[in-house]
Amino acid sequence: MYTASDLRKGLKVIIDNGPYIVTAFEFSKPGKGQALYRTKLRNMITGLTIDRTFREGDTFEPASLEERAMQFLYKEGDQYHFMDNETYEQIVINEESLGDAKNFLIENLNVEVLLFRDRAIGVELSNFVNLRVIKTDPWVRGDTSKADFKPATLETGYVLRVPPFIEEGELITVDTRTGEFSKRVKE
Amino acid sequence: MAENWSLVKRKKALQQRTRILQGIRQFLTEKGYLEVETPHRVPTPAPESHIDAIPSGTWFLHTSPELCMKRMMSAGYERIFQICRCWREKERGSLHLPEFSLLEWYRAGGDYHSLMEECEGLIRFVAGTIGLGKRIVFRSHEIDLSEPWGRISVNEAFRRYSKTSMIEALEQNLFDEVMVQEIEPNLGVDRPMFIHDYPAQRGALARLKREDPTVAERFELYIGGLELANGFSELIDPSEQRERFRIENKNRQSLGKPIYSMPENFLAELDHMPPSSGIALGVDRLVMVLLDVGTIDEVVAFTPEEL
Repeated sequence: MYTASDLRKGLKVIIDNGPYIVTAFEFSKPGKGQALYRTKLRNMITGLTIDRTFREGDTFEPASLEERAMQFLYKEGDQYHFMDNETYEQIVINEESLGDAKNFLIENLNVEVLLFRDRAIGVELSNFVNLRVIKTDPWVRGDTSKADFKPATLETGYVLRVPPFIEEGELITVDTRTGEFSKRVKE
Repeated sequence: MAENWSLVKRKKALQQRTRILQGIRQFLTEKGYLEVETPHRVPTPAPESHIDAIPSGTWFLHTSPELCMKRMMSAGYERIFQICRCWREKERGSLHLPEFSLLEWYRAGGDYHSLMEECEGLIRFVAGTIGLGKRIVFRSHEIDLSEPWGRISVNEAFRRYSKTSMIEALEQNLFDEVMVQEIEPNLGVDRPMFIHDYPAQRGALARLKREDPTVAERFELYIGGLELANGFSELIDPSEQRERFRIENKNRQSLGKPIYSMPENFLAELDHMPPSSGIALGVDRLVMVLLDVGTIDEVVAFTPEEL
């Protein structure tokens, strides 16, 4: 059983009998008032997002999901194909259900596929993945007038902000929980 | 390149943070305030319905230095300020840290109106010390810091920004929801805004208004929709204060929270406290506003998750 203060991005809970994942979370506490937990929740089956505000003391059942080790194979349109590492069985998950995870999926990546009542509804990634930068502006050495960050496009098409010293073709580590740059990988 | 990039990239913000702290000290010292330090670990926190202290042994980490500072006021320290760490259990979000920095200052004489003016002066001065002019940008709002800042009563704010009146919101136990969802985003978007005269039950240590005892002489400062400070005319009647604490503890009990013992030493000395006003300002949030950053994480060296 979770209480409202356990709420955080990525938590999976049962709301109105459906499995939901918290996709956005804001803690509010107006002066001398009670704690409010404002969330956006994505239904892990339909992909639909709802807004819900909880109060201190509200409780939820965790959405108990089965996890199976699989490998990402390829993407076809908005269908993502995975293979079970043990049974070699292949499954398909649509882009909507993947949420932010789609930004980090490269071929052969090992993931945990989440199943709710035998239905694949999403994937769990390790906290950090290494991805290659395929496009970013070059670094002008010694130029201090530039901002602290510049945009970079990764091999998955995901765009994020990186420090200015990162060059095209480099491998970087991304924190999959926040989607932010973590560090440069020495190759 | 260092590994801890999140710490590397906060360097500028932390340098500015120090300048802001220096500016605060300079402003208040020049106004004749004495900087004081009171214990962070205390036998009992002030009983308030929705503020939970973190236990430390059989004592607690303080949730604010309010009670100790008021004891100093009762002992004749007429203008004092303190910048210190405070702890509040389970408060974590993009605007909250369970350990955060609070500036509190108290002055004898003068009510909450005079404190609002002084608060304006402080923030304008501090903005100046880090090279900001009268216009700042925060959360994409262009905000004019020149005087006078806005004033709106809680009652009027409900009328202006919500379909629910203050009375209805209180009756339906929706006061906080309406405040957060409908009112706060409108406060202080073109100039800073003081919202004042809170319902009496929302100010456990504040004096009630003589002309209208259903409200407390309490205000909050908002800039760009962000709550920055809370001030009030201090309640200095020990028996009324005891009764308020008793009610707060009753609320705590009905919410299933631990009740806190009566701060007897504070209550015993409160009789000697001159009419005063006091204010608590979130230092981390002030830094957020002046540097125009979106989360509290960006203005501290380490968050609890990074330790």
